[in-house]
Amino acid sequence: MSMKNTKKILEEKLKSRILILDGAMGTMIQAYCLEEKDFRGSRFKEHPCDLKGNNDLLTLTKAQMIYDIHLSFLEAGADIIETNTFNSTSISQADYQLEDIVYELNLEGAKNARRAVQDIEKQDPHHPRFVAGAIGPTSKTATMSPEVNNPGFRNVSFDDLVRTYTESIRGLIDGGVDILLIETVFDTLNCKAAIFAVLEYFEKNHIALPIMISGTITDASGRTLSGQTPEAFWYSVRHAKPIAIGLNCALGAKELRAHIEAISNVADCAVSIYPNAGLPNEMGEYDDTPEEMADVLKDFASQGWLNFVGGCCGTTPDHIRAMQMPWQAFLPGKFPNTNLSWRWPVLSL
Amino acid sequence: MITPESLFVNIGERTNVTGSAKFSKLIKSEDYETALEVAREQVENGAQIIDVNMDEGLIESAEVMTTFLHMVASEPDISRVPIMVDSSKWSVIEAGLKCVQGKGVVNSISLKEGEQIFTEQAKKILKYGAAVIVMAFDEQGQAATLERRVEICTKSYEILTKKVGFAPEDIIFDPNIFAVGTGLDEHKNYAVDYINAARSIKEKFPHAHISGGVSNVSFSFRGNNRLREAIHSAFLYHAIQAGMDMGIVNAGQLVVYDEIPKDLLERIEDVLLNRRDDATERLLEVAESVEGKAKAKEKDLTWRKGTAEERLIHALVKGITEFIEVDTEEVRQKCERTLHVIEGPLMDGMNVVGDLFGEGKMFLPQVVKSARVMKTAVAYLLPFLEKEKRENPELQAQTREKVLLATVKGDVHDIGKNIVAVVLECNNFEVLNLGVMVPAQEILEQAKKENVDVIGLSGLITPSLDEMAHVAGEMERLGYTVPLLIGGATTSKMHTALKISPQYHGPTIYVTDASKAVGVVQKLIHKEQREKYAATIKNEYEKIRQERSAGKGVLRLLSIEKARQNKFQTDWAKIVPSKPSFIGPKLLKNYPIEEIATRIDWSIFFQTWQLKGRIPAIFSDAVIGKEARKLYEDAEKLLKRLIGRKQLRANAVLAFYPANAVGDDIELYTDESRKKVLATIHTLRQQINKSARRSNMALADFIAPKESGVADYIGAFAVTTGIGADAIAQEFEKKHDDYSSIMVKALADRLAEAFAERLHERVRKEYWGYAADETLTNEDLIKERYRGIRPAPGYPACPDHSEKQILFDKILKKTKDAGIVLTENYAMVPGASVSGYYIAHPEASYFGIGKIAKDQVEDYADRKGMDISTTERWLAPNLGYDA
Repeated sequence: MSMKNTKKILEEKLKSRILILDGAMGTMIQAYCLEEKDFRGSRFKEHPCDLKGNNDLLTLTKAQMIYDIHLSFLEAGADIIETNTFNSTSISQADYQLEDIVYELNLEGAKNARRAVQDIEKQDPHHPRFVAGAIGPTSKTATMSPEVNNPGFRNVSFDDLVRTYTESIRGLIDGGVDILLIETVFDTLNCKAAIFAVLEYFEKNHIALPIMISGTITDASGRTLSGQTPEAFWYSVRHAKPIAIGLNCALGAKELRAHIEAISNVADCAVSIYPNAGLPNEMGEYDDTPEEMADVLKDFASQGWLNFVGGCCGTTPDHIRAMQMPWQAFLPGKFPNTNLSWRWPVLSL
Repeated sequence: MITPESLFVNIGERTNVTGSAKFSKLIKSEDYETALEVAREQVENGAQIIDVNMDEGLIESAEVMTTFLHMVASEPDISRVPIMVDSSKWSVIEAGLKCVQGKGVVNSISLKEGEQIFTEQAKKILKYGAAVIVMAFDEQGQAATLERRVEICTKSYEILTKKVGFAPEDIIFDPNIFAVGTGLDEHKNYAVDYINAARSIKEKFPHAHISGGVSNVSFSFRGNNRLREAIHSAFLYHAIQAGMDMGIVNAGQLVVYDEIPKDLLERIEDVLLNRRDDATERLLEVAESVEGKAKAKEKDLTWRKGTAEERLIHALVKGITEFIEVDTEEVRQKCERTLHVIEGPLMDGMNVVGDLFGEGKMFLPQVVKSARVMKTAVAYLLPFLEKEKRENPELQAQTREKVLLATVKGDVHDIGKNIVAVVLECNNFEVLNLGVMVPAQEILEQAKKENVDVIGLSGLITPSLDEMAHVAGEMERLGYTVPLLIGGATTSKMHTALKISPQYHGPTIYVTDASKAVGVVQKLIHKEQREKYAATIKNEYEKIRQERSAGKGVLRLLSIEKARQNKFQTDWAKIVPSKPSFIGPKLLKNYPIEEIATRIDWSIFFQTWQLKGRIPAIFSDAVIGKEARKLYEDAEKLLKRLIGRKQLRANAVLAFYPANAVGDDIELYTDESRKKVLATIHTLRQQINKSARRSNMALADFIAPKESGVADYIGAFAVTTGIGADAIAQEFEKKHDDYSSIMVKALADRLAEAFAERLHERVRKEYWGYAADETLTNEDLIKERYRGIRPAPGYPACPDHSEKQILFDKILKKTKDAGIVLTENYAMVPGASVSGYYIAHPEASYFGIGKIAKDQVEDYADRKGMDISTTERWLAPNLGYDA
């Protein structure tokens, strides 16, 4: 599938219905109850530090399992699946002393998902599916000082982030992703560095893939961790000309109501949402049933706010399956929305 | 109805080092906390965007921009509005954009350097997601006609939207607001052209924005702020209707369009809209009436009709000495005792002055003039006072509180301290001013003998910090309890809290400037407030100490080896250093001062007097404009007199030598054979952990290393314009004229800097000649847009004052012939002197060493052959650890 085509097909499809993203890779992996040795496989047997918890590494050491998870979401009806590369950046992999294999993690992560998509498309050639290359926020923040006493200090710079993201992007694109998904954005400056890296990469390599951007509202304040409102977040990333902007993670669908409405009111592109399955309980588990979650999303969609739905932490293929519904009935009338006037001067945070 | 306030995005511009002397000073002194307050105040006052500019030769603009924007990012109150990153340097703009999480604005780009650079920069800006201001400027220059404005904006728009991919809403045009009413025919249509350009650009590109600096339009009417405000309102009224929707406007200083008197408005609009040929003349006819009474006042002697007491007060407040003796005598004859004249009307007058100053309604130059009047009156009364005392010895004067002031041992700088003295005197304190280079022992003896209530110490060079701590230690040892005040350019609250206050049990307080001194002293002598105030300060300083020790881990310094690996790199194979026109020292005696005077940086002169701004903008400032102009006129008059009577002399020594870097040292050789080392300059290296692509600089990096085989050179200089200054200042002091005395010293200081600037220029063009064809304006010179630097020992790039000994004795040699000597703490005498090195490297730039680690201090001490504790003493402000 050529790059240009993806965008066209997506735009065409978005006119006819709301598209479905997949659910939580991490939740699915957890269910396998893996041990340290599973993470290491044979290749990293001698690795000097613990690797348990490095889910992205499983693309290399448990490739079949990752493929199976992708397939389970596709079978549940997902139009778009995300690569297992949320932490495949040199900044995040440094925690495991695996900065050297970042390119490979992205490349193989993309290939693995691509294989699952090809296999399912063989079964159902009339239903095109897409691979979104997941680009996570990294474990550091460029807008905030990690040290309370020294507000001018930063432990990561814009340039550091651009470098690390460029490497990830190269792996994802070489591995054949259709879309780049900059997600779980808790600090817009990190996101802007990712956008910068993407746009530079596109320019140098004469390509362009659709970009999706998804932010995270961390708590009841209704702001990102770095303090932005959803509207300000949109105006800050709008220059990426994304195919979709939206929210994921941190909260359940119910809690995101006002925020997704706010984004939908200002954005002149498609809007996406993939919330957690509710707020975590005392055991750190997510309680929203597939039906509960689907009901809330249906309500949002009926307001005309959505173009993409899916799930984040705690969501399983059952959640995705429950999202199968006649979405064309809820198509937002305003897509593509080009009538919105420009208002950034009043908002920066 | 359209008002200037509606439909209009207001840009705040106080966080601009080129436009705000206050902000510049805060940034230079790295007082980011207070600098943040400037930003916060703007947002609170309604700025919807804040413009941040750090373009100043002496600071590392990119780094400072980064640090300041990092601080801004942690203040939600400020970062809720967009940041406008303002710089003429692309690297600074990029550094700024890398710190802004919200939508930024770039100020500015243009087609000035051609389409290619414009396109490249625009592409980058788009990737950073910022909006952009585009000036109507291209390779042929700034657009002045309607056609050119529209043509350039159209071309820019096409490139931005079609070639680069900018959203039209992210483009802001600045189609150049120029002054009207200049008297020149070709300027008459400027405002009309701008308004029409705004209209046609907005029609063609309805989503783009139009901005501009409004105050330019009324520039010809500077000095008449009320008229200017009316012009701005009228201009905005028309420009906004035409499509202008953004701009730098001081919202607090706009009159409502409807409230401009009809006749005046008509005349203003005649000028703005170019409606009749005699428009400017007709506006000028009424201009004076707009300004009000100010013009007629000079000859206004109606105040002479008041009572003698009223006249005294008037003379004090207005600073008029003309009739002071007559009036004083008249009051004296009415009083029972001479003392009553002082304690009565004179003190009443000074209290008015003190109050007005405290409320910010009088400015320092006025206060100092008032003091001159007071002193003249007291001097006149002195013989009568003494006579009465002899006749009635039991009659004692009511005692006033005494403040002792001194510039500490080893330091000669006293302008600020003398200002503090005058301001305290104005507030009814008796000041015992011991002068400069006063040893601790003398300060303490005088304090005891005169039974002073407060001691104030001042100093400008860094070694004075140690001397102040020493004085505090001595006060503790000898059981003093009087409050101790600390002030002067290098002192700080941080240093006072960390190093001085722990030495002494009595109240130890840092005072920022003369205007703060009065309040502090008043609280300290007030019996009820004193305890509480001292306790508050003690707590505050204790907190600073705790925070400081808690924050210790924050400072991450590289090892000196690591720092050296990241030195500033030069491809020496590509550089052929120019050879200076002579080797060795050269003495210049009696250099023409009139030539130097043209290079004075007046904004620093105004700072000395606590007035902030640049010429000519300062003269049209609504608050201080009038006083600034008066001060400037007085300064020019005095300067002419000093030059005319040849009362000041300017001497200089400059020298050039073959030189090469050996590690972090610079070796100077006696001759071209480069065999015999004449002297070694020891440089320090930054050890702050730098982000990628920034080097850990040392001055030695700018000199070719010995192993490169490149024949490099270095220069050195010392200049003074202070010879004779002290004598003249003392003459004035004898005449109770502190105003002129301070003025002489302030002028001598400025002349010394100007001389250093002028000599540097001649070095570049003639003596060394590496930039023989340089052509720069005075503004360029002040902003240091030239090749090469002249760093001074004791200042950020080479903070060790003791290197001056090597500079003077071994390199310049003839400094004594020039009349410049060093004190034991390496302050130069006369005070109005400047010295430093000349470095010609094409990429040489000023930088600050910042904090350094013990490994470098040990290495440096070893290289210098100085023991570690002495080295640590000279480098105290730079130590990144507790010595």
